[in-house]
Amino acid sequence: MFDKRITVFMGHYGSGKTFVSVNYAITLAKMGKPVSIYDLDIVNPYFRTVDALETLNKAGVELVVSPFAETNVDIPAMNSKAYKMLDDKSRYAVADIGGDDRGALALGRFYERIMEENNYDALFVVNNFRPETRDIDGALEIMQEIEFSSKLKFTGLVNNANLGKETTIKTILSGVDFTNKLSEKTGLPVKFTSVSKEFADLDEIKKIKNVLPIEPIKYGDWL
Amino acid sequence: MAEKVLMKGNEALAEAAIMAGCKYYFGYPITPQTEVAAYMSKRMPKVGGTFLQAESEIAAINMVIGVAACGKRVMTSSSSPGISLKSEGISYLAGCELPALIVNVQRGGPGLGGIQPSQSDYFQALKGGGHGDYKLIVLAPASIQEMVDLTFKGFDLADKYRMQAMILADGTMGQMMEPVSLELGEVKEYAKPWATTGTGTHEGRNVVNSLSLSPAQLEEWNLSRYERYKIVERDEVMYEEFMMDDADICVVAFGIAARVSKNAILKAREKGIKVGMIRPITLWPFPKDALKKAAGKVKSFLSVELNMGQMVDDVKLAIDCSKPVYFYGRTGGVIMTPDEVLNKLEEIEKGEAKQW
Repeated sequence: MFDKRITVFMGHYGSGKTFVSVNYAITLAKMGKPVSIYDLDIVNPYFRTVDALETLNKAGVELVVSPFAETNVDIPAMNSKAYKMLDDKSRYAVADIGGDDRGALALGRFYERIMEENNYDALFVVNNFRPETRDIDGALEIMQEIEFSSKLKFTGLVNNANLGKETTIKTILSGVDFTNKLSEKTGLPVKFTSVSKEFADLDEIKKIKNVLPIEPIKYGDWL
Repeated sequence: MAEKVLMKGNEALAEAAIMAGCKYYFGYPITPQTEVAAYMSKRMPKVGGTFLQAESEIAAINMVIGVAACGKRVMTSSSSPGISLKSEGISYLAGCELPALIVNVQRGGPGLGGIQPSQSDYFQALKGGGHGDYKLIVLAPASIQEMVDLTFKGFDLADKYRMQAMILADGTMGQMMEPVSLELGEVKEYAKPWATTGTGTHEGRNVVNSLSLSPAQLEEWNLSRYERYKIVERDEVMYEEFMMDDADICVVAFGIAARVSKNAILKAREKGIKVGMIRPITLWPFPKDALKKAAGKVKSFLSVELNMGQMVDDVKLAIDCSKPVYFYGRTGGVIMTPDEVLNKLEEIEKGEAKQW
């Protein structure tokens, strides 16, 4: 965790990439690192990094996001500052990529330079309570599609097992088993498990290697 | 019980449709319902079904007419501007008396409007977006579990009454994620002797048509259809009552507005204002009797909607204007906060609010 300058989060639609990216960036900032988060999501119309703008600002994380995110237009555009991710080597960069192979297309213009610099992690975020990544084969299929589309090979896995408000310790531990199996199958290391703050201090959770405590993004009082 | 999974509203709805035996989906992408089409494009080939992205919304709804005429379960989905385009076809479905499920994940309007959530197609769904004398069964989910359950139910009701059912959701319902159970029970099969699947052993051809050459016959068709509508109004009303036992003010809200209202009601209760809610789950048939009964007990009604005031008229009609009716709404893709609804409730309590 935290050892590469660029961390790219990719995964299945709705696997929790934005939650993980935002919290990963904030954690880096809290360690005193200069960090920017690049929202390169060209798929999702709602529930974007920009929802966490206030929290990110407070933590000192710079947010680079399309000016059209969460407005009334649906333009799959990226911010022109996105290249800063590659140009400004003095800062850590966290990239939140849209879901599935369709979202991963956004990396097409960046992957060569990311590989050239060779100081990156490309992490597969997986929640085994999403129907299409319920089993290993489903996860492998999506990983292959994303790698094909982004042209970046994954370097690690992130366990983000959750059932929203109905998440229990059992949910998280089931994800640990799942990502361990996926790790055996792919040879990729499990980089960390993201765990909602309320669970972070429990004994069962402390036993898990590399935990990233996650603060929820506040959307609205109706959720 | 089977373990729950975490799903986006649009995906959950699509999966529920497949589980309800829908093997045919015709659509055209539009935010915020595109995931329905995306999900169908992945899943339909795996279950031996057909996913087809039509060249337009109009083409899609006409493909729905074709499959429905063959007696198969079929659906289309869109968001507000797309539903306007489908409205002609919906009227033809009604005229032909063909069961189908139509999904509207509403966004702000009129015109191209915007992509953020809205409930401003209430009139379109309830008062006829298309022409002619017809009704749609309109179901309004307020959770991802209800996106699943009401989709399953919608197919059943459509078949049972040879009607068109509409899921009237909104952008938040389509986009948000919640844990759901996909244990939905048995799919009930209905005989469809009218389906155009060949003459089989019966005499004569089955004809599916909305054109009548004789005014008397067309009137006859309409009268018989309205007889069926009466049965639906009698037997199929669904609503949820929330803290209504001792309520002075009855909030009426559906979908996302009902979720906001629930939180406002809890806050109002903390301040000693006795508020409850009737949440229509079927917008048609509208829970008229429940509202009429409530009118005998409460002092006033507040309709909370993501529009400029649409369902509020039906609230007044249901209670024959026997109690003051108020309205609070936001529009254009803005979702009200519980505090805004609470302010309105406090105004009503103090007698400062203006009636609708």
